[in-house]
Amino acid sequence: MGYFSNIFNGIKTLLTGMSITGKYFLNSRKGAITQQYPDNRETLKMFDRFRGEVIMPHDENNEHACTGCQKCEIACPNGTIEIIWDRGIDEETGKKKKKIDQFVYHLSMCTMCGLCIDVCPTDAIEWGQNFENSVYDRTALTRVLNEPESKVRAGIED
Amino acid sequence: MRIPLSITDNIQEWLVSMMSESAASYVAMIIVALIYLGIFAIAGLFLVLIERRVAAWFQLRIGPNRVGFQGLLQTMADALKLVSKELTGTDRADKFLYNLAPYFVIISALMALGVMPFTKEFQAFDINIGIFFLIAISSIGVIGILLGGWASNNKFALIGAMRSGVQTISYELSVGLSLLTMILLTGSLQLSEIVEVQKGGWLIVQGHIPAIIAFMIYMIAGTAETNRAPFDMVEAESELGAGFHTEYSGMKFAYFFLAEFINMFLIAAIAATVFFGAWLSPFGITESIPWLGVFWFLAKTLVLVFLMMWFRWTFPRLRVDQLLTLEWKYLLPINLVNIVIMAFIVWQKLIIQI
Repeated sequence: MGYFSNIFNGIKTLLTGMSITGKYFLNSRKGAITQQYPDNRETLKMFDRFRGEVIMPHDENNEHACTGCQKCEIACPNGTIEIIWDRGIDEETGKKKKKIDQFVYHLSMCTMCGLCIDVCPTDAIEWGQNFENSVYDRTALTRVLNEPESKVRAGIED
Repeated sequence: MRIPLSITDNIQEWLVSMMSESAASYVAMIIVALIYLGIFAIAGLFLVLIERRVAAWFQLRIGPNRVGFQGLLQTMADALKLVSKELTGTDRADKFLYNLAPYFVIISALMALGVMPFTKEFQAFDINIGIFFLIAISSIGVIGILLGGWASNNKFALIGAMRSGVQTISYELSVGLSLLTMILLTGSLQLSEIVEVQKGGWLIVQGHIPAIIAFMIYMIAGTAETNRAPFDMVEAESELGAGFHTEYSGMKFAYFFLAEFINMFLIAAIAATVFFGAWLSPFGITESIPWLGVFWFLAKTLVLVFLMMWFRWTFPRLRVDQLLTLEWKYLLPINLVNIVIMAFIVWQKLIIQI
């Protein structure tokens, strides 16, 4: 490249950069990504991809989708998930069937790697958007994700 | 002894009625110095705040907005905190030079403000070598940086200081030569004279193409002179900690910090004076109200300060060899050719006069 085309290319690229930041500058008032946190605590919504904690959604009949296959427990690299399970009699078929008693989740050990959620065949667990996870007592970080008296949704294994 | 201190005329007349004339002029100078010190210490703090807000807006953030209305008192609080901090130092540092360095930097920054023509009346010291004085003073600051880096007994500080030496020695040429290009138009180094010439159109209009090239070179070299990004090799946070002021704390650190911002204001103010007509209003719209000159001067300066902030938050830092390539292979040859073109234009009277 010649000496002068070098200079003109240099100026052109510098101006391109300045026009980009200039646009950001003009849009900063409405496009600011800063959250003024304690002030907007009521309205603050976390974005979809945020990894706050693992939750197990239940529907209105208090039914979840966890079959107790323990794939998440095996996938977890640091033993965050412990599934306490039992064998019960299935009413329809009369056969013995595995079902979860307690899905124990230790938030204090979780690194938010997401392997358990990737590996779940029935999408029973997913990311929650709660970000205020600090507590005064660390036992509060050990959570049972399935609600009491809940059971697995019928037909989820098919 | 009669020094043309235009703003002090009233003060001096009042003082002369009380004491002898020489004593009165000394007292008047001290009063003016104190006024300037007060104003620019505060102005420097607000420049820091403006920088932080502008930086935040460039990065889609909000910036400091908690202390006082829209964060107006933020930097005051920071300064107050710095005053209350302990002054630490390193073992086996050269204590005398270590303590001297911040004063070199801040005094050289404040001294240059004395010749700035804020309005026709509000100019403390109108010497006939104005521009020369400014160039000389603005490069003295590097001695403070070198002293601070050397006396700190710290390898990062020393590397930062040496880089500062390299950078200032190189870029001073461009600052000087680009201003010299404009001196060809004015025919005078005195700042009030330079402003007077611009009543027939700002120099950037009068000198058209070579003046615009000179302005671009001046802004690039001026940014390098103040050691700001993209030329902040001296501090280079990611490489050198904090560069030459790594070992400084408390108020001594604040002096370095403040000096950087006053220097930025100075570079912008010189550009506003030499290229954009200092306190002259555009098209002479407020010529009948002389005190509005301060407003025009500050407006032009702040626009240029904003331009420097825009540079800082857009461009990545240069490497040392790139820094020297830019100066010695590009800016300097262009500048020399530019002076010849300007001389030709002045000789052939191709100046645009309004």
